Amino acid sequence: MAYVAIADRDHEQHLHDPQTFIEKYIWSQDHKVIAIQYGVTAIFVGVIAMILSVMMRLQLGFPDSFSLINPENYYQFVTMHGMIMVIYLLTALFLGGFGNYLIPLMCGSRDMVFPFMNMLSYWVYLLSVIILLVSLFVPGGATGAGWTLYPPQAISDGTPGESLGIVLMLASLGVFIIAFTMGGLNYVTTVLQARCRGMTLMRMPLSVWGIFVATILGLLAFPALLVSAIMMLLDKLAHTSFFMPAMISAGEQLEHTGGSPILFQHLFWFFGHPEVYIVALPAFGIVSDVLATHARKNIFGYRMMVWAILAIGGLSFIVWAHHMYVSGMNPYFGFFFATTTLIIAVPTALKVYNWVLTLWQGNIHLRVPMLFAIGFIFTFIHGGLTGIFLGNVVIDLPLSDTYFVVAHFHMVMGVSPVLVVFAAIYHWYPKMTGRMFNETLGKWHFWMTLLGTYSIYLPMHYLGFQGVPRRYFAMGNTDFLPESAQALNASITISAIFVALTQLIFFYNMITSLRNGKKADSNPWGATTLEWQTPDTPPKHGNWGHDLPEVHRWAYDYSVPGQEQDFVPQNVPASEVPVGRDHGVHH
Amino acid sequence: MPIAVVLILLVVGSLIFHFMSPWFFTPLASNWSQVDDTINITFWVTGFVFVAVNLFMAYAVIRYRYRKENRAVYDPENPKLETWLTVFTTVGVAAMLAPGLFVWAKFVDVPDNAMEVEAVAQQWHWSYRLPGEDGQFGNVNAKLITGDNPFGMDPDDPMGSDDVLVHSAELHLPIDQPVKINIRSKDVLHNFTVAQFRVKMDTVPGMVTYMWLTPTVEGRYEVLCEELCGVAHYAMRGAVVVEGRDQFDSWVAGNPTYAETLARPSGNAALGAAQYAVCAACHGQQGEGLQALNAPKLAGQSAWYLRKQLANYKAGIRGTHPDDTYGKQMAPMAMTLPNDQAVENVIAHIRSLPDNRPPATVQGDPGRGAKSYQVCAYCHGAGAQGVQALNAPRMAGMTDWYLQRQLENFKSGIRGEHPQDYYGLQMGFMAQTLQDEQELNDLIAYINTLQGDSAAAD
Repeated sequence: MAYVAIADRDHEQHLHDPQTFIEKYIWSQDHKVIAIQYGVTAIFVGVIAMILSVMMRLQLGFPDSFSLINPENYYQFVTMHGMIMVIYLLTALFLGGFGNYLIPLMCGSRDMVFPFMNMLSYWVYLLSVIILLVSLFVPGGATGAGWTLYPPQAISDGTPGESLGIVLMLASLGVFIIAFTMGGLNYVTTVLQARCRGMTLMRMPLSVWGIFVATILGLLAFPALLVSAIMMLLDKLAHTSFFMPAMISAGEQLEHTGGSPILFQHLFWFFGHPEVYIVALPAFGIVSDVLATHARKNIFGYRMMVWAILAIGGLSFIVWAHHMYVSGMNPYFGFFFATTTLIIAVPTALKVYNWVLTLWQGNIHLRVPMLFAIGFIFTFIHGGLTGIFLGNVVIDLPLSDTYFVVAHFHMVMGVSPVLVVFAAIYHWYPKMTGRMFNETLGKWHFWMTLLGTYSIYLPMHYLGFQGVPRRYFAMGNTDFLPESAQALNASITISAIFVALTQLIFFYNMITSLRNGKKADSNPWGATTLEWQTPDTPPKHGNWGHDLPEVHRWAYDYSVPGQEQDFVPQNVPASEVPVGRDHGVHH
Repeated sequence: MPIAVVLILLVVGSLIFHFMSPWFFTPLASNWSQVDDTINITFWVTGFVFVAVNLFMAYAVIRYRYRKENRAVYDPENPKLETWLTVFTTVGVAAMLAPGLFVWAKFVDVPDNAMEVEAVAQQWHWSYRLPGEDGQFGNVNAKLITGDNPFGMDPDDPMGSDDVLVHSAELHLPIDQPVKINIRSKDVLHNFTVAQFRVKMDTVPGMVTYMWLTPTVEGRYEVLCEELCGVAHYAMRGAVVVEGRDQFDSWVAGNPTYAETLARPSGNAALGAAQYAVCAACHGQQGEGLQALNAPKLAGQSAWYLRKQLANYKAGIRGTHPDDTYGKQMAPMAMTLPNDQAVENVIAHIRSLPDNRPPATVQGDPGRGAKSYQVCAYCHGAGAQGVQALNAPRMAGMTDWYLQRQLENFKSGIRGEHPQDYYGLQMGFMAQTLQDEQELNDLIAYINTLQGDSAAAD
C-alpha cells in the first residue's frame, strides 16, 4: 500500500468506534455484529421451519390424528417450511451470517467496504422475515402453493392463501432480494478490493472462495426470482397474463389468456438451481477449512478445489431445467440438461475426493467441528449420488415428484449444509464469543443429529422408489403401497421428532457456554488463517488494532516439514518460516 | 475413532437396508423395462462409489487419528492422482448418462402405430377423451368450458362429434398396444402418473403435453396426480384398466360420443311427477325429506348431483356396502327408473318442488365448525351452495341429520370405498380429517347457518 487510509491514521481510528449501546449492538455497522444479527435471525426462523416440519411429519406418520393439521394447514406448513429453510435460513445464514463474519477477518480487512449498506442489508432482511411471518396470520393464511410457488395454482382458487398469503410471500421475497443485493455487492467488493497486503486470490482460504463465488451466483440468479415475483404479483393484482393462460377456476372462466405457466418454471429454476449452490459452495469452502485445520494437514489439491468451485458455479447456470424434465417443456431439452447435469458431477466428485484425501496422512483431531465435517462428507456423498439418479433424465421419469426427490434434496441441501453450519458454529464459536463450548454436549449433539437424520432420510428414498408422491397430505388405501409403508412413515416421524428435540442440546450448549464456557485462547485449534491471528478475542471493532496484517503464504501451511509447530499462520513472514507450498514436498 | 466405526456401520447398514427393503419399485406393467435397467446401472456405479469412498474415509480416520508423536504429511497436490480421479469419474458418469440418453430418445419418439387418448385434468378429477371412429380429436378451447361442456368441445368442429367422452376418472387401455397419452388441464398444473408404468408427465393449462407407453400386464392401476394442484391434490385419484382388446372395445362403446351427450333427453316435470310417487313415500310429497324414514331432502338439490347419485345406485357403486343399511334400501328404488329419460323426468319434477329449509336437528358450536369448514369451502363453496365444476353438492339448507350420517359413512368407509366411486373416495379423504363426533357436529352446526342455495339448476 502506497498510502495510509485516513481511517488507519492513529488519531482517526477511535473516531470510528461505536460509542453507544445502540451503535454497538443495534444499528451496528460492524460486520461481526451484523453477522451475528443475521445468524440469530436466520436460526430463529429456521427453528420455526423445523417446528412446521414436525407438524407435517405428525400428519404423515400418524394420519388424521391431530385436529390442528388439516389439508389446508398442511400445505401451508409445506410451503413455509421449504421457503424458510432455503432462503431465509440457509442463504441468509451462509452469506449474511458467515459471509459477513469471515470475509473481512479472513481477508485481513477492517470491515466490509460499505458498512452502512451492510447494516441496511440486515434490517431489510429482517423486514422481509417480518413480512413473511405476518403472512401466517392474515385472512386466508400463508400461501400453500409449495415453495416453488408454481402458477396458476399459487394465485388461483383451490390453493390456501391464494389471496393475501401469496402476495405477502412475493413481497417478502422481493424485499429479501433487495437485502441480499446490498449485502452481496458488499461481499464481492470486499473480497476484490479490501484484502490485506499479500492476500492474493490464490492464497485465500476456501471459505472465502466458496462465499465469494456463491455471492456472485446470488447476484446473477436472484434477479430471475425477482422478475418472476413481480410478474406473478402483476398477474395476481393487475390481472395481467404473464404466467396465466386461458383457464377455468372453480368452474368460472378467468379473464386471463396467453400466459405461460412453464415460463415461470424456467425463471424460477434459473434462480432455483444456482440457489442450491449458493448454499452449497459456502458449505464446501467452510468444510474444507474445518477439515484442514483439524486434520493438521493442508487441503489436498487447493488449486483444483478453487477451479472446482468456479466450474460448479458456472455450470450451475446451465442445468436448471433438470427440475423440469416432466414439466411438459419440450422433451428434447432433456438431452441437453441431463448432459450438463451429469457433467457437474465431475467437479463435485473431485471436491469429495480432495476432502477425503485431506484426511489421508493427516493427524486427525476428532473434535466436535471435525465430527460434523466428516458427517457432512458422508451425507453429501449420499445426497450427491442420488442426485445422479434424478439428473439422468430417464430415471427422473419414475422418481420425479416422489419421496425420493424429497429425500435427495434434504440429504444434499438440508442435512449436509446444516451439518456444515454446525461445524462452522462450533469451529468459530471461540472466536466469536471468546468462550469454549462444552465438548461433551457437542458430541452428543453430533451423534444424535447424524444418526437421527440418516434414519429419517435413508428410508425415505425407498418410499420414493415405491412410488409415494411428495406433497400428499394422506395416501389412503393406495393399491400399490404395502401396509408396512405406513409403519415406515411412523418411524421416520419418530426420528424427525428425535432430531428436532436434539437441537435443544445445541441451543443449551451455545447459550450456557456464553457465560460458563472456559475462556478461549485466540487460536485454540492452531489454525493458520487470519481470523485466528487477531489481537483480541473476540476481535474488536476494526479487527486488527493499529496495523493491518500482511500475508506471506497460502492458508494451508499445516505440518510444514522441518517446523516444530504444526501450523504456520498466513501472516508469518517467509523470512521467519519458509513458505511450505513453495519449498514443500511435491510428487 | 467411533466416527470411523459408525461410518462403516452406516455403509453396511445402508447396504443391508437396500437389499432387505420391502419397499421398492412396483412390478413393471409397461414396455419401459429400459428405465429400470438404467436405474440398475446407476445403482451399481453409485453404490460402488458410496461404499469405496466412505470406507476409504473411515480407514483414513482410523489410521491417521491424532497421536501426539505423529505428524501430518505435507502434500499440497498430486496432479497425476487428480487427473486419474477426473478420468475415472468422467468414465463412470458417462456410463450412466449414455444409457439414460438412449432410453430418453425412445421416450421422446412416439411410435407411428400408437393409438391416441387424451387425459383431461382439473381440480381434483380426471376425465378422458378418445378420438372416436375418425381417429381425430375435435378442437377444444378452454374458453368453451362450462358445466354442460366440461371438455370445452368446439361444437362447430365436425371432427369432434364422434369423440368419445369419458366422464369418469377411469381410463381403459388395450393390452400390448402402444398408446400416446395427450395430457391437458382445464385449470392448474397437474401430473399423470401410474407408478407401474414408470413414466409420468405434467399437465399444463394452455398446452397439450404427451407421453407414450405400451401396457404389458392386464390389471387396474391407480392414477395419481404428482404435481401440487391445490388443497385436495392428494385426493386426486383415478385409474387405468388394462384389458384385452374386446373388453376395451366394449368399454369404449359404453361411453357416449360428444354428439350423444348433446342429444341428452331433457326432463319432463309432469311425467316425472308420476314417477316421483314412488319416491314420495319416503322422501315426502314435496321432497322435503323424512327423518323417521331416513330419507333426505331432495328439493333444492342440484340436478347434476341427483343424476350422478341415481346413476351410482343403479350401477351398484352406491348402496352395495354391507353396512350401508339405508343405501341398500335406496338401490332397488333407483332401479325402478328404467332409462335416462325417466331419470331426467324425475329430476325435472324434483327441481320444481319448493325449496324450504328443514329444521336443524344437530347441535354443535358453529364458531368452532367454521374453522373446520374452511377446507370444505374449497369445493362446496363458502356458502355450501355446491359447485358443479368440482363435483361438490349443495349442503346448505339440506337435511342436517343426513349430512351427519353421510360424513360418518365417508369417515368409516361405508361410503366412498367402491373402487369406481372416485368422488366418494375424495370425500372419504376429507372426512378423515374430522377428529370426533364433536368436531363433526360443530361443522354441521356451522353449515346450518349458511345460506347458499343450489346455483346450478340442471
